[in-house]
Amino acid sequence: MSGLSFILAGMLAAATPFLLAALGELVVERAGVLNLGIEGIMALGAVLAFIVVYHGGGHVAAFGLAALSGVVLALVFGWLALGLRANQVAVGLAVGILGQGLSSLIGNSYESLTITGIPKLALPGLSALPVVGGLFVQDAVVWLTLAATAAIWAMFRFSRLGLILRAVGENPHAARAIGYPVIRLRLWAVMFGGAMSGLAGAYAATVYTPLWADGMIAGRGWIALALVVFGTWLTGRIFFGALLFGAVSLASLVAQTENWAVPSQLLSALPYIVTIVVLGIITSNKRLLKVNGVASLGEPFGP
Amino acid sequence: MTKAYGQVVANDAIDLTVGRNSIHAILGENGAGKSTLMKLIYGVESPDAGEVLWDGQPVTLSSPAEARRLGIGMVFQHFSLFETLSVVENISLIVPGKKADLAARIRALGQDFGLDVDPFADVHSLSVGERQRVEIIRCLMTEPKLLILDEPTSVLPPQAVGLLFDTLRRLRDRGVSILFISHKLDEIQSLCDHATILRGGRVTGNVDPRQHDAHDLARMMIGRDMPPPLHADPLPVGDIRLELSALDHQPDDPFALGLSGVNLRLHAGEILGIAGISGNGQGELARLISGETRLSPARRDDIRLMGRGVAHLDPAARRALGFAFVPEERLGRGAVPEMSLADNSLLTAHPLGLLKRGLIDRRAEATFTAACIRDFDVRTSGPEAEAGALSGGNLQKFIMGREILLKPQVLFVAQPTWGVDIGAATAIRQRLVQMRNEGVAVLVISEELEELFEICDRIQVLHKGHLSPSLDARTTKAEEIGRWMIGAAGVPA
Repeated sequence: MSGLSFILAGMLAAATPFLLAALGELVVERAGVLNLGIEGIMALGAVLAFIVVYHGGGHVAAFGLAALSGVVLALVFGWLALGLRANQVAVGLAVGILGQGLSSLIGNSYESLTITGIPKLALPGLSALPVVGGLFVQDAVVWLTLAATAAIWAMFRFSRLGLILRAVGENPHAARAIGYPVIRLRLWAVMFGGAMSGLAGAYAATVYTPLWADGMIAGRGWIALALVVFGTWLTGRIFFGALLFGAVSLASLVAQTENWAVPSQLLSALPYIVTIVVLGIITSNKRLLKVNGVASLGEPFGP
Repeated sequence: MTKAYGQVVANDAIDLTVGRNSIHAILGENGAGKSTLMKLIYGVESPDAGEVLWDGQPVTLSSPAEARRLGIGMVFQHFSLFETLSVVENISLIVPGKKADLAARIRALGQDFGLDVDPFADVHSLSVGERQRVEIIRCLMTEPKLLILDEPTSVLPPQAVGLLFDTLRRLRDRGVSILFISHKLDEIQSLCDHATILRGGRVTGNVDPRQHDAHDLARMMIGRDMPPPLHADPLPVGDIRLELSALDHQPDDPFALGLSGVNLRLHAGEILGIAGISGNGQGELARLISGETRLSPARRDDIRLMGRGVAHLDPAARRALGFAFVPEERLGRGAVPEMSLADNSLLTAHPLGLLKRGLIDRRAEATFTAACIRDFDVRTSGPEAEAGALSGGNLQKFIMGREILLKPQVLFVAQPTWGVDIGAATAIRQRLVQMRNEGVAVLVISEELEELFEICDRIQVLHKGHLSPSLDARTTKAEEIGRWMIGAAGVPA
């Protein structure tokens, strides 16, 4: 398999954990809330999903439990940050640390154990194409994540719900004045974001690398957060950002196996460097940020 | 209805009856309790005591959604529109339906009531008057039986006020009751058939405004006779203190308006007023003059202060040349809300010996602050009071005092009396005229045309980033200023 077809075949799966978490956070931030706890929510979802699969509960139950645990942690965040109007940055970090701590604790006796992933489904015809064929052989979660991306794009673009979420994020006081329950809508968004982060963790631990190692989320939650900003809160750009990150991660693996004369540490750092550079370029365009940005992001709101 | 916020009783046992086919005025000064009463009626706040009868039935108004379902609509003073959404998207947040159908209804209503607006325009690209039309249309589409308008004319040029009144009369004739909140007596006399007057949270009058003269209404509103307007005698002017020549500037902010070809000359011993509806470039003009926005050194002569090119200098350097500035936002730019008045004095008055070898001289700071509080009649517990705890008028007096005590050569004040009660506003205006008489060059940006006519020697009007030629405040009519305000008087397109 050539380097290029390897990257093409693997980049969607590599992008999926980022994409799931970033889509969730996109909805949360569009509603005006900043939840920095993604990394911890992913870690808890990952370990719970792993344990369910390890004990033979199956992947569906595993993803379900991971999503549920994400909602529970998101509710803790929501109660403190929305209900009690605590500082969202501080609460998000605290919830994230809680999730990571719980993940280490629960996963302690499962360290280094492995499970089997889920089969890949090929699109007939397209998957037989040379070079790009691998792109059309993916597991069910990847296909569902792509569908979710399209659905969220359509929601923000066409639906009333998307309009309401944007309104709540732009000007919560005006949204309340015209009769929308701002806190309740934000809480729903936060719960959705938690569920998506839980799913992202579950995918990372039970499908993408089906083994348990403490700290295996390895900063994916933070990258997802960065992708939301990098994508200037637009679904399409977040999708391409996640894809870029997945592709660059795989490219650095290819470079290592082909013994390029570059230190492997530098190659492993490449996805992060690319993300930082692209983020820097995007955020230097203040116009773009102002047009697409969320005006009330992170501000506590009380009637 | 009674509503208290902590110790302050904003509404004290208020009775109000609004009839069918009536335009009913709520008249009162800032802080009289008008806004609180409207919030109670629109369900934004819940009353501590009292009840609401709607068509004779007792109802509980627990949320704006509840109020809207009964048929109560409200047009807010500070609009509740979403800038990044289009007109029709804003409206669809309240009114169900397909965008195309809604757009057609928006156009039809616009024709019926003289509320012309493009349904597909983004709200951030609309003028303030257009935004108000969108708010009114949005209310009308919910078919309200009672429409509340909170100070709707404060953002409109004189011509647009007439149009708005025509719209409101047409609505009344079709059976909509209107609650019209204002502190402008002439408007209420020309439009309303009933007026409830509030003072200090209580009802002080329930009258037909057409049967009373402005004098009576004013007495009910402020509890004493109106302070007489003061007109400054013309004085010979001195040298040019501040000059803007052909100034062009496009700010970074995509929602902000650029300035083009702005010419302005401010002399010692005069007051120059900048009129215009907010959002026509006032904010950017103020930042350019104050130094918050700086230009490149190559363009230093675009702004000249005391005969020197200063467009590249920061605010501190401009202040060192004898410039003082009172910004529009008292909390956040004029003063730090969380800091004491004494520490707020330090912010701009530190050159007056409040520092000793780089450290704060607390005694000098307290003395200065106490002097400012005394000389400018600031009602507060003392220099240690938090700036954010003062009322708008008192804080404005304090900030004005702080800047005046700097003995500036050029004093620039944005919206000197915005949200300030009549008594404090008169005191502030008198101070500005006094400064002028002492030979200070005074520049004022204001949306209140009456205020500019009262104190200014000359007026220039800002519209869509263009500044009109200088107009003599003593001979120019309000209608002419109004034409400049809406760009109908020969402004380059």
